[in-house]
Amino acid sequence: MDTYYHPKDLAKFGDIGKEAPELWQKFSEWYAAVFKEGALSEREKAIIALAVAHAIQCPYCIDAYTTASLEKGSTPEQMTEAVHVAAAIRGGASLVHGVQMRHHVDRLSM
Amino acid sequence: MALPTLLNTHNPLADSAIQRATLDALPLGAGFGEALARAGRWPLRAAGVSVLQINVGKRCNQTCRHCHVDAGPDRTEVMPPDVVDACLRFFETSAIPTLDITGGAPELHPSFRDIVRRARSLGRHVMDRCNLTITRLPSYADLPEFLAEHRVEVVASLPSFAARQTDAQRGSGVFDESIAALRRFNELGYGVDGTGLLLNLVTNPVGAFLPGAQHALEGDWKRELHRRFGIAFTRLYTITNMPISRYLQYLIDSGNLQGYMDKLVAAFNPAAVDGLMCRSTLSVGWDGRLYDCDFNQMIDLGTAADAPQSIFNATVDALASRRIVVGRHCFGCTAGAGSSCGGAVL
Repeated sequence: MDTYYHPKDLAKFGDIGKEAPELWQKFSEWYAAVFKEGALSEREKAIIALAVAHAIQCPYCIDAYTTASLEKGSTPEQMTEAVHVAAAIRGGASLVHGVQMRHHVDRLSM
Repeated sequence: MALPTLLNTHNPLADSAIQRATLDALPLGAGFGEALARAGRWPLRAAGVSVLQINVGKRCNQTCRHCHVDAGPDRTEVMPPDVVDACLRFFETSAIPTLDITGGAPELHPSFRDIVRRARSLGRHVMDRCNLTITRLPSYADLPEFLAEHRVEVVASLPSFAARQTDAQRGSGVFDESIAALRRFNELGYGVDGTGLLLNLVTNPVGAFLPGAQHALEGDWKRELHRRFGIAFTRLYTITNMPISRYLQYLIDSGNLQGYMDKLVAAFNPAAVDGLMCRSTLSVGWDGRLYDCDFNQMIDLGTAADAPQSIFNATVDALASRRIVVGRHCFGCTAGAGSSCGGAVL
């Protein structure tokens, strides 16, 4: 099936390094370091990534961090709650801009 | 209600040769032997026998979706008395420190308690691979007390600390019964610091993915099982699902077989080879045939032709450095941190 985002394209991610290998290498090393266990566990980092993936609606990241979250021991219930957190922040971010709307209403209204 | 087994639904995958052919037909790039050769580990050889694992039969009160044994209530294979006796005589005349009793639900074997008593009378370590729910059946309600009295290590299956995942793999209602069983084991001192009664939990992924890091998951599980149910346990073992039997059927049905095998091959870790359980375990089938592990047993790959084939003519000397028989399913034991009946190997 022809689709703009194809799951198999994730395997081509490294191709982006062909035109700028040094930048790709730096990104890869930094990325790997970010997800290593530190003050947060690998499981916690994966579920944060899953939530962010939903917030930015990256289909590759959603697939990758759904798998990673399952493999690192998160349950579907925990993952669903993480997606709700992302949705709540996205929804809240829209709603809180109602303050700007209200400021502008106040400026224009009697 | 337990599901029927592959055998009793006349599923072609009940035939181990078809399972092997299914795996061999996949375009994987390399066989397991080639992967070992590239890592400088071919041929793979045993390094002694420290665990005698006896599979006393395929009867089980559950029909788990991932079961590599294709066990279930409708299976009739039970280790006969002469094979039981041969296993115990082999164990008694050796210095093998551990007897690992598995099945099916091994406790359903009519001689289970006699096997435990004889092995424990030698002062050796005995492990019971328990599905937990067996202890909730009226005829087996005193099993936890028996195991505690004989200080048997309990290795209990629980795929998740969440009900939905556990029931999805092991059957409706299994989670609640498993929690009740774990509470009983805890009451007897199992899994409680200072008692010496070992209660180890085994988790297999509920789906087509690999298990997480065992040490990290163990902390999560201890916290969650205590927080949710007040349950304690000793260690958590993560075990990779082997692409055989009912799990192979699941992979095929769900369209995940190629992707899962690709993932296992890509995750091949030479560092896991030293700790592979086949190198230290001797597996005995219900009929007395010998295998390098319980997985080989279920796909009918017996010990190498130049090693003893039956418990009736087995000697530790003849088996201690035998060549290990491998197949593509073996990639399941070398993926990532490795996998064994004792959990991750790294």
